[in-house]
Amino acid sequence: MNLLDFVLAVPLAGFIVLLLLPRQAPQAIRTTALVFSLVAFAASLGLAFGYHTDNAAQQFVTDVTWIASPNIHYHVAMDGLSLWLTILATFLTPICVLLSWNSIQVRVKEYYAFLLALEFGLTGVFAAQDLFLFYVFWEVSLVPMYFLIGIWGHERRIYAAVKFFLYTMVASALMLTAIIYVYNRAGTFNYSDVMEMLSNGKLAFTGGEQMALFLAFFVAFAVKVPIFPLHTWLPDAHVEAPSAGSVMLASVMLKMGAYGLARFCLPMFPGAARICAPWIVVLAIIGIVYGALVAMVQPNMKKLVAYSSVSHLGFVVLGIFSFTQLGLDGAVYQMLAHGVSTGALFLLVGYLYDRRHSLIIADYGGVASTAPWLSTVFMITMLASIGLPTLCNFVGEFLVLQGSALANFRWTVFAAIGPILSACYMLWLYQRVFFGEASEEVRHHVFDLKPREWAAVVPLIAMMLWMGMYSQSFLPAVSKTTARILDQTQVNVQFRVKAPPGMPTEVAHAR
Amino acid sequence: MPVNPAPGGVEYIRFLPEIILIATGTLLMLLDAILRERSRDAYGSISIVALVAAMAASVLAYQSPGPAFSDMLIVDGFATFFRVLVIGVGILTVLLSFRFLHREGAETGEYHALLLFSVAGQCVMVSANELILIFIGLEISSISSYVLAGYLRDDKRANESALKYFLLGSFATAFFLYGVALAYGMTGSTWLTAIRAALGGEPAAPAPLFIGVAAAMMFVGLGFKVSAAPFQIWAPDVYQGAPTPVSAFLTTGPKAAAFAIFLRIFSTAFEPIGGGWQPLVWCSALLSMTIGNFAALTQSNIKRLLGYSAIAQAGYVLVALAAHSQVGTAAAMFYLAAYAFMNIGAFAVVSHLSGKGERFLKVDDFAGLATRQPGTAALLAIFLLSLIGVPLTGGFFGKFYIFKAALDSHLVWLTVLGLLNSAVAAYYYLRILVVMYMREPSEAMADLEPLSPGLRVALAIPALGTLFLGIFPTWVLSFAGKSATLVR
Repeated sequence: MNLLDFVLAVPLAGFIVLLLLPRQAPQAIRTTALVFSLVAFAASLGLAFGYHTDNAAQQFVTDVTWIASPNIHYHVAMDGLSLWLTILATFLTPICVLLSWNSIQVRVKEYYAFLLALEFGLTGVFAAQDLFLFYVFWEVSLVPMYFLIGIWGHERRIYAAVKFFLYTMVASALMLTAIIYVYNRAGTFNYSDVMEMLSNGKLAFTGGEQMALFLAFFVAFAVKVPIFPLHTWLPDAHVEAPSAGSVMLASVMLKMGAYGLARFCLPMFPGAARICAPWIVVLAIIGIVYGALVAMVQPNMKKLVAYSSVSHLGFVVLGIFSFTQLGLDGAVYQMLAHGVSTGALFLLVGYLYDRRHSLIIADYGGVASTAPWLSTVFMITMLASIGLPTLCNFVGEFLVLQGSALANFRWTVFAAIGPILSACYMLWLYQRVFFGEASEEVRHHVFDLKPREWAAVVPLIAMMLWMGMYSQSFLPAVSKTTARILDQTQVNVQFRVKAPPGMPTEVAHAR
Repeated sequence: MPVNPAPGGVEYIRFLPEIILIATGTLLMLLDAILRERSRDAYGSISIVALVAAMAASVLAYQSPGPAFSDMLIVDGFATFFRVLVIGVGILTVLLSFRFLHREGAETGEYHALLLFSVAGQCVMVSANELILIFIGLEISSISSYVLAGYLRDDKRANESALKYFLLGSFATAFFLYGVALAYGMTGSTWLTAIRAALGGEPAAPAPLFIGVAAAMMFVGLGFKVSAAPFQIWAPDVYQGAPTPVSAFLTTGPKAAAFAIFLRIFSTAFEPIGGGWQPLVWCSALLSMTIGNFAALTQSNIKRLLGYSAIAQAGYVLVALAAHSQVGTAAAMFYLAAYAFMNIGAFAVVSHLSGKGERFLKVDDFAGLATRQPGTAALLAIFLLSLIGVPLTGGFFGKFYIFKAALDSHLVWLTVLGLLNSAVAAYYYLRILVVMYMREPSEAMADLEPLSPGLRVALAIPALGTLFLGIFPTWVLSFAGKSATLVR
């Protein structure tokens, strides 16, 4: 059992321990959940320290047979793509525990049990190196989220929960077919072995097969990302979910889709991916612009942030399907940055909801005068989300735009509308909520941050700054892996310009 | 066939499970006349002992596998797998029935005797190697089941259920028998292996038309027994009307046995004309899944919903049959085991909740179960998630294995449509989860009694079984895979 197994086992153990605790002791349950999630986070930091950046191969590998026939393995490992996403999941879970501390008062035991089960599923998705195991974690992460939305959500929670579940279920049914098909052809679920066989020609799909398989995987991931026009479950799920649910959903769960695109769709079916890329990019750009435009007119804060996610995730897809090193690096970086900044936005919106019990923007105004620190923190987060330089999203968006410019400059022109629009809706949101005259309710209910809330928000702010100012801590590991993915796709090598003049050092390192 | 007039001792051991069950069943009927009213609780315990003994006997019989009684019977891995399965279903049904019969004031030896006879009939079915014996087993099982379905004499629905089941059931049996007669006429034998040999013999092979008709007739008869579309019309009414423990039994035990003979007849006797019946099974599988799932979407009665879901589940097993391969056979076996666990579990919760006279059977009556009895709700959630096919449950692995077998046999479209179907199915199972977890407690919750010990066991075993099959499927899977090779 290596460190990665430990990281996976801790949330599962926490889940079981919580189920055994008596339900009459909510405080003990909260504390237990916090302890387990912090242990998992600490252990996952160990992954980051123990990770050899100069090595693109899988690390922390565990490979044991789970089921003998068909040959299914419990095979988990880390590489540059999964490392930071795993840490993102373990990083946000304790924050979500803190966030829910007071706002969840009913069925506390089940709530934290589901939260830890969710963490288990999410970390597993990123760690799994066996296609079957990947699917297992993919589906397993669905169930706790379904309950989190359905039980502790807002008024239309049931509709949102069922919609969320069914959308994902239908799409992943196709993916399961494709996984079985690949197994029947390759004789293994092992991801590395499949890649190996693809590269040495032992396994070759015909054009039609490749296209069908690509689309089966793609639809499953596109629903999760979500790519326009498959995004309609997202605003419902986000608005109705409890705050912690929204945070986990936006920050980590959406990344499952983007991760899948980069991990499976691109390297396994490069031919089909290349054929579809222009169409997918068009959808991504529509998503960027459409998401931003729709966000602008939302009266509901959570819905606004949800649509901004559609917009931001469009960048990720654009980066992935630009087939450039910069684009892929940027996409991965944007996933992490979006995880931190949007997670923080949902967290802060959750704080506002805890105080004023409303998500409607018009119910606020003048919060800056009653809660100055909250306003300041929100300001930083909002600026990060817009993509202000020195904050996290900027790096990701910049790399994606640059990468897409190498592939096709027109894409960049249209995609660049996104950040402009994001400034519009975010600043306007900020103005309506925080400035102006404070109403009676706002004055009485909206107070400033409390210590526990500080504890949850400070790490996020710190990460925004760190990721914005020194991306070098994160990017080298990512680049190694994305370079390998690009090699595996064996396309677009001609685009890899060695060092265009005037390139910022940070980006030059990233290549 | 060589006729051996004096069966040896080992042949009796191979027939021991049936002997135990029939003897105990008869004993129970005698006891019914002797025992006084208040000592009637003993019936259930006697049945359990007999069933456990029969299960042990099945395992014992497998220690010396081989044919018995002039090759009429064969004890192989396949037979043993299904014997243990149907006897296990019997045990769970008895456990379920304790509380139910007590609540309805209807404890008699008759009920338990019928149950034992039915299980015995299924044991005969799954181990028979000859069409007449298969037919006898089918009749023993079916006739007991008809009576069980109408066991609550004063209940109008139960009467309707029994009558429908009986009329349509006998009709289907007639079809089956007609098929047997035709097959005998064409090949001159009722032994499965002999039929196969006759069909395989190139120059002397009988006319394909008649043998096709024979196979089609048997298909109709068996299709009815497993509630496969388009012979599924009776199923929802019967499952809704029958007493809940009986519904749990009917959807699992007889169905598993019927699938077992389906597999044995079609992959042994009719193996040489596989290309002929495979498309039929293909269509039937797709129809069953689609009709079952779409009809279940709008049901408000939980038993009826589970009835339609049973049709859909039969469709999944038919997919495995359509695959027509060893992997397919193993997949069907595995799935039937997983299905027995999850379906009995679900019916057990329904039985617990329905209250005296089965008043609370609406899906909405489950509202708030999670706040009132979180444990029960969690168990039902496990069964429902397994029926949906969420990983780490037996239902998922079974489904996965079935569709893998289908893809092995290049049934790509059936796989895609089947998996999409299972996503549709998620909706109606989720509805139960929704009311259970996300609604305020209903009237049914007001006088909900705690779980009785029998019910506790009847819930714990399927729950553990479902999770076990989902997390550690290897053991059952390898046994199924090994025995599947023996069928041919």
